[in-house]
Amino acid sequence: MSKEEKKVNRRDFLFTASYTVGAVGVGAVIWPMIDQMNPDKAQQALATTEVDISNIEPGKSITVLWRGKPVFLKRRTPEEIAEARAVNMDDLPDPQKDEERVKEGKDEWLVMLGVCTHLGCVPLKDKGDFNGWFCPCHGSHYDVSGRIRKGPAPTNMEIPKFEFVDSNTIKIG
Amino acid sequence: MSEHEYTPKSKAGKWFNDRLPLLTLGAHLTDYPTPKNLNYWWTFGGILTFCLITQIVTGIVLAMHYVAHADLAFASVEHIMRDVNYGWLIRYIHSNGASMFFLAVYIHIFRSLFYGSYKSPREVIWIIGLMIYLLMMAAAFMGYVLPWGQMSFWGATVITNLFSAIPLVGDSITTWLWGAYSVDNPTLNRFFSLHYLIPFLILGLVVLHIWALHVPGNNNPVGIDIKKPSKDTVPFHPYITIKDAFALLVFMIIFAGFVFFTPNVLGHSDNYIPANPLVTPAHIVPEWYLLPFYAILRSVPDKLGGVILMFSAIFILFVLPWLDTSKVRSAVFRPIYRQFFWILVIDVLMLGYVGAMPAEGIYLVLARVGTIYYFLHFIVVMPVVGYLEKTDPIPMSISEPVLTGGAEPSLARKVNDKV
Repeated sequence: MSKEEKKVNRRDFLFTASYTVGAVGVGAVIWPMIDQMNPDKAQQALATTEVDISNIEPGKSITVLWRGKPVFLKRRTPEEIAEARAVNMDDLPDPQKDEERVKEGKDEWLVMLGVCTHLGCVPLKDKGDFNGWFCPCHGSHYDVSGRIRKGPAPTNMEIPKFEFVDSNTIKIG
Repeated sequence: MSEHEYTPKSKAGKWFNDRLPLLTLGAHLTDYPTPKNLNYWWTFGGILTFCLITQIVTGIVLAMHYVAHADLAFASVEHIMRDVNYGWLIRYIHSNGASMFFLAVYIHIFRSLFYGSYKSPREVIWIIGLMIYLLMMAAAFMGYVLPWGQMSFWGATVITNLFSAIPLVGDSITTWLWGAYSVDNPTLNRFFSLHYLIPFLILGLVVLHIWALHVPGNNNPVGIDIKKPSKDTVPFHPYITIKDAFALLVFMIIFAGFVFFTPNVLGHSDNYIPANPLVTPAHIVPEWYLLPFYAILRSVPDKLGGVILMFSAIFILFVLPWLDTSKVRSAVFRPIYRQFFWILVIDVLMLGYVGAMPAEGIYLVLARVGTIYYFLHFIVVMPVVGYLEKTDPIPMSISEPVLTGGAEPSLARKVNDKV
């Protein structure tokens, strides 16, 4: 055996193979210990919420709980929709058209997570400078489409995944 | 301790080590001179450390999902088994881990009994070890109560009622332990609190156990005093670490075998029935590792007497270093004691077996014979055999039996002085 061949010998192979198997084993033990802190099956089972919207008058809103967080469902009047769509995109810190925040043909229904994008407080309805929501924690103003207009919040209030099961029922999640 | 003074190479290391000598401690643990003839029975210290850490880690995880309330505990354990990500795995490791812990500790204790590791100058190591063992039993008992199944509830009832045997104040003590007039929600709450505390007490005692070990150094299979460091010793790392690691791997394979293939074989199926204060299971038994003591308890036809004898069976071990009169440590050179040692092993196994059987007929007879021998072994056999036994000649050094005539004369004198 020449000197070059001896540089990688059987012992090196055994070391590398042992460490590799050891690392896989340690990883296989550590992962369950980490994953156990993720939402369990009981939590995942609560991942959708169905809401009856037949009793909501135009201009009114309700708040429901989805995954432990409030979801605002607002049935907007034609005037409010017109107001939301008249806004100049340049005035928005996080530009987004109102049409992108509602389902086509169901323009009156605004469904969004009632969680301020700043630090997670719940904004108050019909408050603030823009006829929408106002977060009392640190003074963020949202408009009638739930878009951030003034204050420290970085983005518009989030639109969750939802669908109309029928004309009177919305499924969130 | 290491003979040489350790100085860190780097300037930063030296700066830190002057303020907190952790690096000196690390060097001491690495270089620690260990007898070169340690066999695999000496690997159980490392295995037990692994068991303790496993129980603490899985226990902390389980406590994130468990609810210590009489109405919710059973359901929360089922929630862990069914809903929590890998909850079944973590709980099975924890419940089987307790059994593996006791398996290892019994081997460790009998290793000490065979090779005389409890004798001078290692009495304090032995006593700290027994304190750890007592705390392990308390932790295991309280842990078994937490799932709040039928065996949990009635095990807790029976064990806490042991204290009612104490004259005059027994009933008051039992009520105080319960925090109620029977085993109930307050009992469960305090057991959970203490079950979480005890492992950390054990951890502290383990540090003292190892500290006390590192003063005289390890005993060894020939049981003689050795010069350290010398040609009779090897550094702890890498020689002992690799041997411990290999033994640990084999141990983990057995452990994993239980966890993945027969996770409930060491438990009792009645504990999957929610606790019912109105119905006692037909046949109530403790976990396997407590069975020998349970057999001793039941062998006495008197409430107080049974309790006293059961506790004595453990506490007699504390004075073992003074009951054993032999100056030779290792049973390898004690032909008579060696036979009694194996009789004791068989006796304890038999007590464990009859502890699992109904307390009647032949089982009761065997339990009584076993109990009598258990105490005779420590009170009569150990002192008397120590005096009368003619021991085999012991080698002057570990190397001597291998290298004929290779013993150092200076070493020989030292051994003869001590023995």
